[in-house]
Amino acid sequence: MTKSTLFFVLVLLCLAAYRFGRRRSLAVASGRIRNLHSLPGYYGFFVALWCGVPALILLVCWLMFEGPVINHLVISSLPDELRGQSPEQLGLVINDIRNVVGGKETSATNPAIQAAAAEYLRLRSLSDALLAAVALSVSVIGGVVAGQRIQPSLRARNKVEGALMFFLIACSLVAIFTTVGIVLSVLFESIRFFGLVPITEFLFGTDWSPQMAIRADQVGSSGAFGAVPLFTGTLLISAIAMAVAVPIGLLSAIYLAEYATPRIRAVGKPLLEVLAGVPTVVYGFFAALTVAPFVRDVAQSLGLEASSESALAAGLVMGVMIIPFVSSLSDDFINAVPQSLRDGAYALGATQSETIRNVVIPAALPGIVGGILLAVSRAIGETMIVVMAAGLAANLTGNPLQAVTTVTTQIVTLLVGDQEFDSPKTLAAFALGLVLFLATLALNIIAMHIVRKYREQYE
Amino acid sequence: MNSEATHVLSRRTADIVKASLGRRHAAERRFRLYGLMSIGAGILMLVILLVSIFGQGYRAFSQTYVGLDVSFDPAVIDPDGGRSPEALASADYGALLKRALGELFPDVTERQDKRALHRLISAGASYAVRDEILAHPELVGHSARIWVAAGADVDLLEKGYFDRSAAEAERRMKDRELAWVDRLKAEGRLERRFNAKFFTAGDSRDPEQAGIGGALMGSFYTVLVTLVLSLPIGVAAAIYLEEFAPRNHWVDFIEVNINNLAAVPSIVFGLLGLAVFINFLGVPRSSPLVGGLVLTLMTLPVIIIAARSALKAVPPSIREAAMGVGASPMQTVFHHVVPLAMPGMLTGAIIGMSRALGESAPLLMIGMVAFIVDIPHGIFDPATVLPVQVYLWADSPERGFVERTSAAILVLLAFLILMNGTAVYLRRRFERRW
Repeated sequence: MTKSTLFFVLVLLCLAAYRFGRRRSLAVASGRIRNLHSLPGYYGFFVALWCGVPALILLVCWLMFEGPVINHLVISSLPDELRGQSPEQLGLVINDIRNVVGGKETSATNPAIQAAAAEYLRLRSLSDALLAAVALSVSVIGGVVAGQRIQPSLRARNKVEGALMFFLIACSLVAIFTTVGIVLSVLFESIRFFGLVPITEFLFGTDWSPQMAIRADQVGSSGAFGAVPLFTGTLLISAIAMAVAVPIGLLSAIYLAEYATPRIRAVGKPLLEVLAGVPTVVYGFFAALTVAPFVRDVAQSLGLEASSESALAAGLVMGVMIIPFVSSLSDDFINAVPQSLRDGAYALGATQSETIRNVVIPAALPGIVGGILLAVSRAIGETMIVVMAAGLAANLTGNPLQAVTTVTTQIVTLLVGDQEFDSPKTLAAFALGLVLFLATLALNIIAMHIVRKYREQYE
Repeated sequence: MNSEATHVLSRRTADIVKASLGRRHAAERRFRLYGLMSIGAGILMLVILLVSIFGQGYRAFSQTYVGLDVSFDPAVIDPDGGRSPEALASADYGALLKRALGELFPDVTERQDKRALHRLISAGASYAVRDEILAHPELVGHSARIWVAAGADVDLLEKGYFDRSAAEAERRMKDRELAWVDRLKAEGRLERRFNAKFFTAGDSRDPEQAGIGGALMGSFYTVLVTLVLSLPIGVAAAIYLEEFAPRNHWVDFIEVNINNLAAVPSIVFGLLGLAVFINFLGVPRSSPLVGGLVLTLMTLPVIIIAARSALKAVPPSIREAAMGVGASPMQTVFHHVVPLAMPGMLTGAIIGMSRALGESAPLLMIGMVAFIVDIPHGIFDPATVLPVQVYLWADSPERGFVERTSAAILVLLAFLILMNGTAVYLRRRFERRW
């Protein structure tokens, strides 16, 4: 029985258990619901839970441990000359065995591998049969035992609600586990990376060329991991993006919040927000194919030297992407400024724009700054636009017409394609990820703090 | 100060104000204009973006076909005469097509010229002929006009991408090839048809054979996994936090976590997926399953935040009424509050899914960028998704991929518009003011 059929059989068993529990509760109450502590459906759920949950937990655990255990058994069944190899070569052998099992074309004609593949198949079908037997018996036993416990005085509703509450709490903990998972996964690999490359070299070195040589005696075999050009590149592109997004976003927010008729607002606001809904890969394509050549042509007609993958093109397009973030956040905060402040300014004879510039904006400033910080964190973490339009050359430059590279671009280039998991090249991506995570985390926390403080001010 | 002095002074103030009034009103008008201009600039950018992509992409929805009179020679297709499907499926249809082309242009004899001639039709054309024969085995021994996809250059020429007036040396198609195409056209053997293959075929190195079918299925499975996981988990978390959670540090910590996760760069989730799901838990690389898991973690904050505000919008009187007739807290929430909040939750879920559908950066980390020709048939098969397909094609040097990329973007945008439109409709239709 394969695992998916087993799963469906378990689901069917649960449905049967529900009906069984319901019926039985009515039977023990001799058909009168008011003799029961809970509604009959709760007895059904009670039995179904006992029938399904332990078996499903068993299924999941089995899935997690099945692979390693089978691998171990297959390896120990291999002849000695294959078993005595280094772990890497053993990995290749396992891979060969898997390919034979999967029926793929392989170069492995070694009879030992064929035999091992047969052994692998045998173990796998054995494991499936064993799992089916154990899971089904756990399920049936659970259902029967729970069914036996049904009495009119059994507090089935409380038990079912307790289980449900447990599920709700577990789901809300997923957020914490995700954060912990992110921190641990980038931290562990980064620590390994800093064991190979000193942290000072990584943070303050100005030379980035992570290509590791295939042979040890090759030129430039060491690889250089100075991340400063990446940081400056990221900051340059983000600065260009903010230079586009902040004025346009802020001014549109002001117009939409203070001047626009309801009709213009109803059209303009959603249209601007469409910009936030466009996938970033589309912006990347637009930047690489339309904006970058345009920027290069304009620069050349002005007699400037411009690379075909300029920081300016990526930054401009990223700025367009960020406009709606700035504008919708600023819009919220401008609307939150109490009308009384505006009325006070009008009463002193200020024009509307003077009121906005001297009263409304200063009052909304903390919120706007928070929103801008959130937008900066978005710009730093943006990936597709820079991957497609900013290039890979790690230039340490402030010239927006040259190609620069960013932290996110390098993470992608280091991790896409074949990788060994132990090389500094792969680990460097995680170190960059750690820097990125910490930087955005700091920005987010500061921004959220400012925003929350500001929200309380007028409430 | 006497009254006369006050009068003089106030008149002077009024004069000063009056004198400056023109300037101030001009500033007012300017300020207003700046605002209008920035909204205009934002919308203009949107229009330029959409127009440029539409302009580059709409032509990919049609494809040039060449009509060839192929004689289905039994000696080539099925020398044994058994007409078994296996024999028919493995016959050399490329040779038949080449022969048909040779009969059309008998004066082409040089080897190099022949090769150029064969480039007029797509390298995948023989499969189309095979499918035709498999569908109509009775054609063997007869001859029929078969329409096959034209080669990428012919297709681009027909769509007007090449400048015929340029000097021959600078042209991708030489005079001789242009003459062939013109003759095909004059004989009515060249046709533009709707490119249905674009929606059903998998990826390919040849632009005229490449389609988004595989990527569409990959996206479907990935978003399906995301929806199945993130909707229950997100709604459950929102219910707990909004309805049951006590006010304490733990719950505050969860909330800070959720808000922060909403702002973590998506690529960091890709690193998490690579380190935890693939390397630690051994989930198959490149599969929609691992993509869906990563996107679940990414969209959870969106769904939780939307679901919480939907729950918040249900007035307390509903809860009090349910409690009043003896419902338990759990019954109150699940029988009364959640059904009322459902439209809002679903709207949030759809918006979360549309974000997941457009996301590509974290999927690059977990191997969904591989060149995958086969169409995935489940959540364990290697797959790619639509945005990543766009990324892959955008990197391809072939000229023909530009319009394919834009067309794939148009399909992606169509799906996003559909999803967001549904969300807006749901909100309008079911929104209740209490």
